[in-house]
Amino acid sequence: MVESREEEHPQSQKVFGWAARDSSGVLSPFIFSRRTNLADDVTLKILYCGICHSDLHATRNEWGNTIYPIVPGHEIIGTVTEVGANVTDLKVGDIAGVGCLVGACHTCESCEDDLENYCPRLVFAYNSIDHDGNVTYGGYSDRIVVPSRYAVRVPQGLPLAAAAPLLCAGITVYSPMKFHRMTEPGRHIGVVGLGGLGHVAVKMAKAFGVRVTVVSTSPAKEKEAIQGLGADAFLVSRDAEKMKAAAKTMDYIIDTVSAAHPLEPLMALLKRDGKLIMVGAPDKPLSIHAFPLIFGRKAIAGSMIGGMKETQEMMDFCGKHNITADVEVINMDYVNTAMDRMAKADVKYRFVIDVANSLSKQ
Amino acid sequence: MVQSQEEEHPRKAFGWAARDTSGVLSPFNFSRRTNGADDVTLKILYCGICHSDLHAVRNDWRNTVYPIVPGHEIIGAVTEVGTNVTDLKVGDITGVGCLVGACHTCESCEGDQENYCHRLILTYNSVDRDGTVTYGGYSDHIVVPRRYAVRVPQGLPLAAAAPLLCAGITVYSPMKHYAMTEPGRHLGVVGLGGLGHVAVKMAKAFGLKVTVISTSPAKEKEAIQGLGADDFLVSRDPEKMKASASTMDYIIDTVSAVHSLEPLLALLKLNGKLVMVGAPDKPLSLNTHPLLFGRKAIGGSMIGGMKETQEMMDFCCKHNITADVEVINMDYVNTAMDRLAKSDVKYRFVIDVANSLSN
Repeated sequence: MVESREEEHPQSQKVFGWAARDSSGVLSPFIFSRRTNLADDVTLKILYCGICHSDLHATRNEWGNTIYPIVPGHEIIGTVTEVGANVTDLKVGDIAGVGCLVGACHTCESCEDDLENYCPRLVFAYNSIDHDGNVTYGGYSDRIVVPSRYAVRVPQGLPLAAAAPLLCAGITVYSPMKFHRMTEPGRHIGVVGLGGLGHVAVKMAKAFGVRVTVVSTSPAKEKEAIQGLGADAFLVSRDAEKMKAAAKTMDYIIDTVSAAHPLEPLMALLKRDGKLIMVGAPDKPLSIHAFPLIFGRKAIAGSMIGGMKETQEMMDFCGKHNITADVEVINMDYVNTAMDRMAKADVKYRFVIDVANSLSKQ
Repeated sequence: MVQSQEEEHPRKAFGWAARDTSGVLSPFNFSRRTNGADDVTLKILYCGICHSDLHAVRNDWRNTVYPIVPGHEIIGAVTEVGTNVTDLKVGDITGVGCLVGACHTCESCEGDQENYCHRLILTYNSVDRDGTVTYGGYSDHIVVPRRYAVRVPQGLPLAAAAPLLCAGITVYSPMKHYAMTEPGRHLGVVGLGGLGHVAVKMAKAFGLKVTVISTSPAKEKEAIQGLGADDFLVSRDPEKMKASASTMDYIIDTVSAVHSLEPLLALLKLNGKLVMVGAPDKPLSLNTHPLLFGRKAIGGSMIGGMKETQEMMDFCCKHNITADVEVINMDYVNTAMDRLAKSDVKYRFVIDVANSLSN
């Protein structure tokens, strides 16, 4: 007999959140359970949770792997309400964040290199099978329990709702910037797509002191890119002449676009040895031509979120440079409308749910 | 009035050329410039047959100017040096590869990466600075700026060294650039042909573990016993491919036919790199999820700069690396091209130009 979600965890606490129950993706109130706080865990009362595009993909089963009911949300900011006996670096009352990861094997080479995000047995904050065999539930809920390794301190001074998206969008663009050394003085980075990931990438790149060009299909975003976010230039990807004029000018491109799109026009923007890093995850194959790679010794690489040590480093970097996302704070009951608007890219640039103030039991 | 190829330049030259897209080669009288102050002239001894020669004579890339004299794996003896040339002398054995010119002022040229110069001049089927078409090594002699000749170290058998000028540098350069030379690392080599077999030899000299990945089970014995590869993987065997998942630090993909990249990406470890040196002329389909989930990369590489080509020749001499070749006479070249198209060669044909190219 299938245990009810309220009874899954033998040592458990009742939790309230919102879940999607089928591939319509429509979210509604949901009572479930979480484990009680173990020796290595911390418990967060959730204050804010950002709505990531992945939440939309997952609730609508666009990747074909959703277990319903699904409680999404992996851009979580909360207050620590309980710490396990082994936890020394967080205390009750601290403001902490939880992102996309809540577990890994901790013994493989990736984990030992602080790259839990590449562990073959990583556990995602939602829609993943935890070590105890139960499905994980995310941040559209009143609390979350995670091993303290998977919680990061939020630097004092960062506005909390605006900091929430850093837990996924922030680390997703910060990690490849560091790994591929895009931050060396004098570099020129192209950022493709001006959404949740893209706008944070622009802010971080400027904080690193590199030149940034936003590459977008929408001419309407130019003013925002340059005046609002501080980008140095704006390139409309559908303008063949402008794209040609910008050929071979960029050292790197961060491609945040998750829809299928042609890569050749972007590859042409790269200098010799240039790299295009994909952080958006188109779910259909893209077409690549070998000639641009060969004739310019260029590369296409991928990156997926970041490890926990790096996530803390990113939060501290954002604290130092006062970087947060541009957000539209909403109540929990607006979430379905928000999902529809996000599907049409109608948000500047992340919705953040005011969980503490608007998630009420019904 | 269009000048004939015999009258374009002051010096008579003789070679074999293809005159149309059949790619069939036959005797051809043409001409070359006299040796300028910065030039060296080589009497050609040997010339390797590169798969690019086949593509070019048959106009596969739709950019061939006929008549075309291919050949860019050239070994010869210096017969003349220009007044500005101080480090080569008459009689020196030298090689010429795929490049005979570049702008020398751009960032790539200044970084000794003439191969990425946007005004590079290829050894054949390219437009030289004087506006004439370049002719390659299926000919009696060639005149190049000294910068584009490399010394062939003593001790290397010459016919077997010829393919290093293209195949050799084509795999050496990415091995260095993509840092594939750390001893103990694991390299996969896809395709066991002209490029692939040289890659195996070089990788072993660098101290790497090498797995050859091929569609042909028949090549296993040759890969392991003949070339020293550590392992052999049949890419059409899904079970074996699955067992090898996440085991390789790098892959050099030498295959120029269109093929699927996903199965190869799956072989790579975290941060693994797949470098394409074969040049499929149609787009490949790529699912990006493997790149994200393993922080993997797909890169490309094209031959190498001249400084690096000299470094590669010296490396090969030090480690006694040459290609496995079948030496042929000039009049066998069309049969050789047909056999090459069917991969029926272990692993490069080399034309004995000096002894078989007769007027």
